[in-house]
Amino acid sequence: MGDVIRFLLDGEVREIAGADPTHTVLNWLRYDARRTGTKEGCAEGDCGACTVAVGDLVGDLVVWRAINACIAFLPSLHGRALATVESLGGKHPVQAAMVEHHASQCGFCTPGFVMSLVARERNGDATPVADAIAGNLCRCTGYGPILAAAEAAQAGPADPSVAGALKAIASTETLALTWEGRRYFAPRSLEALAALALKYPEAVLVAGGTDVGLWVTKQHRSLPVVISTMDVAELSAVEETGQVLRIGAAVRYSDVIARLGALYPELGEMMRRLGSVQIRNSGTVGGNIANGSPIGDMPPALIAAGATLVLRKGSERREMPLEDFFLAYGKQDRAAGEFVEAVVVAKPAPGSVLKIYKLSKRFDQDISAVCGAFGLTVEGGVVTAARIAFGGMAATPKRASACEAAIIGKPWNEATVAAGMAALEADYQPISDMRASAAYRLASAKNLLRKAYVETSGDAGLTSVLDAGVMADA
Amino acid sequence: MPDLGPEPTPTRPSYERRGRVHTSVIHDSAERHVSGGAVYIDDIAEPRGLLHLYLAQSTKAHARLLSMDLSPVRAAPGVVAVLSAADIPGKNDVSPVFGDDPLFAVDEVVYVGQSLFAVAAETLALARAAAGLAVIAYEDLPTVLTIAEARAADLKIEASQVMKRGDAQAALAKAGRRLRGHFAIGGQDHFYLEGQIAVATPGEDDDLHVISSTQHPSEVQHLIAKVMGLAHSAVTVEVRRMGGGFGGKETQPALFAAAAALAASKTGRPVKVRADRDDDMVMTGKRHDFEIGYDVGFGPDGRIEGIALDLASRCGCSADLSPAINDRAMFHSDNCYFLENVEIVSHRFKTHTVSNTAFRGFGGPQGMVGIERVMDAIAADLGLDPLAVRKANLYGPGRDVTPYAMTVEDNVAPEIIAELEVRSDYAARRLAVEAFNAANRWLKKGIALTPVKFGISFTTSHLNQAGALVQLYADGSVLLNHGGTEMGQGLMVKVAQVVAEEFAIDLDRVKVSSTRTDKVPNTSATAASSGSDLNGMAALNAARTIKTRLVEMLAHKFNVGADSVVFADNHVLIGGERLAFGEVARLGHLNRISLSSTGFYSTPKIHYDRASHTGRPFLYFAYGAAVSEVVIDTLTGENRTLRVDILHDVGRSLNPAIDEGQIEGGFIQGMGWLTTEELVFDDQGRLRTHAPSTYKIPTASDRPPVFNLDIWQPGVNREDTIHRSKAVGEPPLMLAISVFSAMTHAVAAAADHKVFPDLDAPTTPERVLMAVQDARCRAGLEP
Repeated sequence: MGDVIRFLLDGEVREIAGADPTHTVLNWLRYDARRTGTKEGCAEGDCGACTVAVGDLVGDLVVWRAINACIAFLPSLHGRALATVESLGGKHPVQAAMVEHHASQCGFCTPGFVMSLVARERNGDATPVADAIAGNLCRCTGYGPILAAAEAAQAGPADPSVAGALKAIASTETLALTWEGRRYFAPRSLEALAALALKYPEAVLVAGGTDVGLWVTKQHRSLPVVISTMDVAELSAVEETGQVLRIGAAVRYSDVIARLGALYPELGEMMRRLGSVQIRNSGTVGGNIANGSPIGDMPPALIAAGATLVLRKGSERREMPLEDFFLAYGKQDRAAGEFVEAVVVAKPAPGSVLKIYKLSKRFDQDISAVCGAFGLTVEGGVVTAARIAFGGMAATPKRASACEAAIIGKPWNEATVAAGMAALEADYQPISDMRASAAYRLASAKNLLRKAYVETSGDAGLTSVLDAGVMADA
Repeated sequence: MPDLGPEPTPTRPSYERRGRVHTSVIHDSAERHVSGGAVYIDDIAEPRGLLHLYLAQSTKAHARLLSMDLSPVRAAPGVVAVLSAADIPGKNDVSPVFGDDPLFAVDEVVYVGQSLFAVAAETLALARAAAGLAVIAYEDLPTVLTIAEARAADLKIEASQVMKRGDAQAALAKAGRRLRGHFAIGGQDHFYLEGQIAVATPGEDDDLHVISSTQHPSEVQHLIAKVMGLAHSAVTVEVRRMGGGFGGKETQPALFAAAAALAASKTGRPVKVRADRDDDMVMTGKRHDFEIGYDVGFGPDGRIEGIALDLASRCGCSADLSPAINDRAMFHSDNCYFLENVEIVSHRFKTHTVSNTAFRGFGGPQGMVGIERVMDAIAADLGLDPLAVRKANLYGPGRDVTPYAMTVEDNVAPEIIAELEVRSDYAARRLAVEAFNAANRWLKKGIALTPVKFGISFTTSHLNQAGALVQLYADGSVLLNHGGTEMGQGLMVKVAQVVAEEFAIDLDRVKVSSTRTDKVPNTSATAASSGSDLNGMAALNAARTIKTRLVEMLAHKFNVGADSVVFADNHVLIGGERLAFGEVARLGHLNRISLSSTGFYSTPKIHYDRASHTGRPFLYFAYGAAVSEVVIDTLTGENRTLRVDILHDVGRSLNPAIDEGQIEGGFIQGMGWLTTEELVFDDQGRLRTHAPSTYKIPTASDRPPVFNLDIWQPGVNREDTIHRSKAVGEPPLMLAISVFSAMTHAVAAAADHKVFPDLDAPTTPERVLMAVQDARCRAGLEP
């Protein structure tokens, strides 16, 4: 086992021993390495002022990802390359374009925007600029000059030496750190992970850290044992076999959006709005399920799609319908030493449709007040199958069984929809919080069923404010 | 070097001189911003022995402090000092005016987040952990948290104010039509990206040097001196740049800076205090939320005959700047409209919540939303286009005196509105919106044109003064200091342009540097949009003094008349001679004339009597107008702004690119206030939206995809302001009121325009859906 964090920064191998394993990349940069171009705006991955680029070796290529350094633990850099705004030397075309377009005012958010755009550019990424910077908040400019600069910027120089340098520090052994009695492990194989999970059943399992990171930066918790799943090769694979897509627990959102979106277009669109590029470059589908949050967006969508969950303990595996995993608030059907290995998503059944609605105060990077997902099969005008699930409506992601019962076997018409809407009152007694009132949650959940009906019943006209068709003429 | 003789022509023609006024020069820090090289306070290399300070906060909205046992805090690892009210050598107050904001609570707490004591430790983590060990006993007291509760309890920070002219009640009684209504407008967090921060370093004697992220270094200086019992001269406050301010760093930084100064003084070590995002949002004041009631009487064309407005704001637990902020809400309750018979009553309610404070617009936006909503209500009542009602009420000849008895001398609103109406194709688009609404059952669009007239000057007249210090070195380089602070708005580059213009030199010869109280004393806050108006003039006066000395010296030395000495193109022409500017500076030094000068400016003409709420509080007005088109989803309440057209008056712009940045940024910030940004306090008075995960400012995709922004080209300030420019910081924020009016229009469309919708701001999906359902219900339509 290795006990030194080793990563590449501007062509130089950095070796760090004896560091707090939950020290964040941001704090290391700012207060240890004295690279202060990277800023803290929120310490929760929501403003993007801390954006850096992390390079992974994929085959012979380096794939760069913009991430939030504020919630990334330092050991997550092990075996990777890190680039910060200082790495660019002030000469990158994105930087020049930002200056030319008056794209900075106070300048505090600017390095983060630069890094988001540079990461996009390095990957030859076709992500629309507004999506690429959805995780970067600017309070001064109103974004217009930044968008203009991004559109105008040419590609920057590539550094062909990074791939070789990453190969040179590649490792297959578990990273095992000990600091002030606390342990951190980053196993590289499923077998090693299973063994560690059994040995440390109290361990916090962390994948992208977009949730666990906040336990440290916001709740100021001390985590005695952490096991990272991020480098477990077997968990990072997406396999397509027959009628299913098997998504390893450590697969990041970014790495599976396209494939899920190809199967279920509305799932792809929902994932476009889930978090931000930085969050999707770190966070995982498995983590969104495993943490059991009642307001995660993936669980209701995947429940409606009929997904199943694969759990692993030691060498034992078990599989269950995803909805059965969520027992109560904060409680999942996961034994000590057990972990999520994969989520299995079936391809759409013929004649079925999956409608997904994510309601939030802001379209991009906002946790849903209500997320409704409707897996419907209508044959000969009759609902023959329905899997309806909501997030934000109960203490767990939860199926709307009363609503399903009210519509299955019924003609798909206004009367059935009205019955289904009424049945939602039996399914859910939502709470009021800072995202929405209970009244809005219930009213909008009912209306989402209606919306699903409207959109699956002939020509409804325009139904989404995000439709290109509602655009005003210039 | 051989003598090449006099140069035949200027090396650079005048139109190429770099950085002239009225040109789009880049921000002085732009290259440092993009490279990460711009230094903010937390980026400064930490000095040896630096201590980190954490401020422990009240968890109660209103309670008696029975006891505070800090011994476990003192015993915690890494703790060097624990400071509470008893440790303050001077006065326990960090309030701007009224003496009611203690640095540390004594006997009673009045909001969740109030500072109780401070822990200085070797690391921030140790300081924070130690603070949590305090044993604090509270006895709960009754809380008053909302405007409604404060109204019921009659709890105010000062007496309600009345501004009136004519006889509103009589006019209301005899008006042909009369409408009453009320609505609510939420507050707003500044969400500057850089949170509150200060670093204090003790000097010899009892001197203190404090770097503070503040828009008001002088006030921070004065309050530190007050807390420490020191003379102002013992305290120096410095700021190079802020990572955003927006009014949130006018009075709010004093608490942090004073705590750091106290700790530095007590420990003899440098001390940093940096609030993280959550602490910053919980501990610092915000834009006031308002409830506005109206009673308006009008004629068949929508022209207002009489109006009574009732403005109620939540000021929080202390006065802070609330009196002036609420005054400004009254000043802008007319916006661009002549209110012949008017009565504006303004209640300033006190609550057990954080003390609300300055925020871009300073009460003006809330007052202006009020009258714009009245315009929409009148139009709905009469079945008219709201733009027709707005036009019918504009100030004009013979209808040009404000409710506070100031004559509007520079009214360009009618011209701007007329031009924008054409440019934006308003009439055709309003028809297109109606056609869209007829063709679409589930989505509805709205469109609105609203104007802005914003008064420029601090309404507290004595604040309208500024100082500058210009130093010309013998090599021809210039160092510029003034009392204004840089928070991203481009003040430094604008003032530097003014100085470069005066000396006729390239902008890069003028170095801007930190704002420091030991360079320019007794300054006003960089606020009220006044930064370049005031500091530009002060710097101009300083530069002109030096220039005058140089002219006299050169005229004497070359034996020509003073009018034969001309500064042009980095050179000075003296009769037939032509000297490089640097050579002239060197000559000045050799001839023993002073090459440094202060400059001063005070705004002319203004006066105001607060007792009667009459006078001329403003030197002039800045104007603008915007058309916004929005779409709402009647099933979910989701909504989006699709297109915006803006025409805004900045006089003769000092720097069009910088001004456009202020206009666009201000608009989007105002749009956020009225749409997605929602402050939620729970029934215990705790702010539940204290980080970007829960408090949603606009992102890039919220920017309307069609955004046509133009500076109004005929604009020129009729007053003698700096190069005839107009202030631009705040006015554009209020252009976003067009979004709120357009939302109202869209909700009304969802109820077939049968009723005027009840709609509060911000227009979250929840508010829009509830407004749609309520309007459809009242209109007798199915939900």
